[in-house]
Amino acid sequence: MMDKYTKLQMAGIYAAIIVFLIFILLPFFEMFMASLRPLEHLFRSPYQFWSDDFSFQAYSDMWVTVPLLGRYIFNSVFIAFSVTGLTMIFVVPAAYAYARLDFPFKNASLAIFLGVNMFTGAVLLIPLYRVLRTLGFLNTYWAMIVPGVAFLIPTGIWLLRSYLEKIPRELEEAAYVDGASRMYTLRRVVLPLATPGLIVVGTAVFIGAYAQQFLFAITFNQTRELQPLPAGLFEFIGYQSVTWNEMMAAALVGVLPVMVIFLFLQKYLVAGLTAGAVKE
Amino acid sequence: MVKIQPGGINVTDIAQSIGRTQEASRRKVLPESVFAWLLVGPAMLFIAIIVAWPLAETIRLSFMEAGLGGEEYIGLANYEDLLESRKFQQTIVRTFYWMFLSVALKLVLGLVGATLLNAAVPGRGLFRVLVMPPWVIPIAIGMIGWLWLYNGYFGVLSGTAQAIGLIDGPFEFLAYKRSAFYSAVVADVWVGTPMVTLFFLAAMQGVSRDLYEAAWVDGAGRWYRFRRITIPQIMPVIVSMSLLSAIFTFNSFEIIWILTEGGPRSATTTLIVDTYKTAIGNYKFGEGSARAVIIVFLLGTFSLAYLFLLNKVNKKYGVK
Repeated sequence: MMDKYTKLQMAGIYAAIIVFLIFILLPFFEMFMASLRPLEHLFRSPYQFWSDDFSFQAYSDMWVTVPLLGRYIFNSVFIAFSVTGLTMIFVVPAAYAYARLDFPFKNASLAIFLGVNMFTGAVLLIPLYRVLRTLGFLNTYWAMIVPGVAFLIPTGIWLLRSYLEKIPRELEEAAYVDGASRMYTLRRVVLPLATPGLIVVGTAVFIGAYAQQFLFAITFNQTRELQPLPAGLFEFIGYQSVTWNEMMAAALVGVLPVMVIFLFLQKYLVAGLTAGAVKE
Repeated sequence: MVKIQPGGINVTDIAQSIGRTQEASRRKVLPESVFAWLLVGPAMLFIAIIVAWPLAETIRLSFMEAGLGGEEYIGLANYEDLLESRKFQQTIVRTFYWMFLSVALKLVLGLVGATLLNAAVPGRGLFRVLVMPPWVIPIAIGMIGWLWLYNGYFGVLSGTAQAIGLIDGPFEFLAYKRSAFYSAVVADVWVGTPMVTLFFLAAMQGVSRDLYEAAWVDGAGRWYRFRRITIPQIMPVIVSMSLLSAIFTFNSFEIIWILTEGGPRSATTTLIVDTYKTAIGNYKFGEGSARAVIIVFLLGTFSLAYLFLLNKVNKKYGVK
């Protein structure tokens, strides 16, 4: 069949995949190796790839050096979940409206949403600081959740809209003809059908929320107990020395929760994006 | 063909729920446009408070001499200073170079990666998962890994180069203007490639097999099928990912900030880094805001020009 490869082609494909994966995974491998090296190993010259004094000591020491580490990891996940939940509350109705309904200023307002993609928080930091201060959100979880939600709403609408457009209209029309209210139709007919799409968009939003915490955290939050992991990690950089090995260990352990979540959801993600990407 | 998974809902459930609603049928149905705005309104209001209000505030501040001390109206002076500054002109050029180079690499790597991960070889499910981590983890954490890789004393890159005799002593990748710039580009490509790959892969899986089979029967080789079927079929996704990726890359802040803070000697200072340094680092809110407005203007112009050109090209080739 046409999908069959010769042995040589197979070897070529695998070789290329391996090169690609080395590029992607090299930093993680390096972080892992670094976490095993004792601190005094770092400045040894010439450079050593391997030595006998590798140990997992850093993985237990890190909790002592940065006592709040567990809290930072929790904060990261908590903030990402909150951002995802709130974003979806705003995204789902709006995406439905853009996918199905006709209303004045539809295209103009959609363009405004997509235009938001052009700003990152970094452009608007100064006034955003003032807005959050006015709302009394500075130095609370809200300071990191609220801007995260705002910058993820447009992407969420864009992704979910294309998914909802794929769902056949007949069921909604049947419900409508039978006298169901619009809100009832949305809640009881459309949403159950859209569950796979909601998972995809939710995962994409979660990843975005998890990846983008650093800037908002270092700018809008001074409360140590509330810092997410990316900001907390920089505590390993002390006045006297940097405990690099513990920092690497903490980074790897810290991203574990999200990697586990991702492993469970990645199947839906690829499949869901496929469904969304195809135009009928 | 794409099948929609009904997600565990069975038809009787739906039929029942529809039946139940008949009781409510006497209620007045909202006009479509009112209902639509009820749905869109909350999201719009949220964006208005968190994005539009700060944006308006940024524009206002850009006409001010503003800092920690207070504000004073100075008209266009901030803009005049910027446009006359050689340094700022260089920053604009550098930012576009950064964007074009990085986006081009992401698109090429994404296309190659997606093609490889789409090939029917054993183990591709695993490979697809292994490609994703740079996208899934916080950018700041990935950059800690790259900081280490680029370190002259303990990084594996410098270590390997020494071991095979390419260099004599440790090489600090982030210490020299040129190497720092390209090192930052590589790290940015690393962050951006998985998402591009995933979207291209998704698009490739949506291409109908019938097309490939028809071409195969006619004796078309792999390269021909790739060029004449895959690329045109996924073109809409390539086009939208290019623009999205360009916007992300233009605004890419954390990567540069953590690796180099814009240095050495401004070699990695893009517009966004310059803006942050001016406004947050030096408390020059007015000057920083003028820079932010210029970013928005440049990106807006770029996006519109891109969409305009695209429209023209599409018309010329009869793509709808």
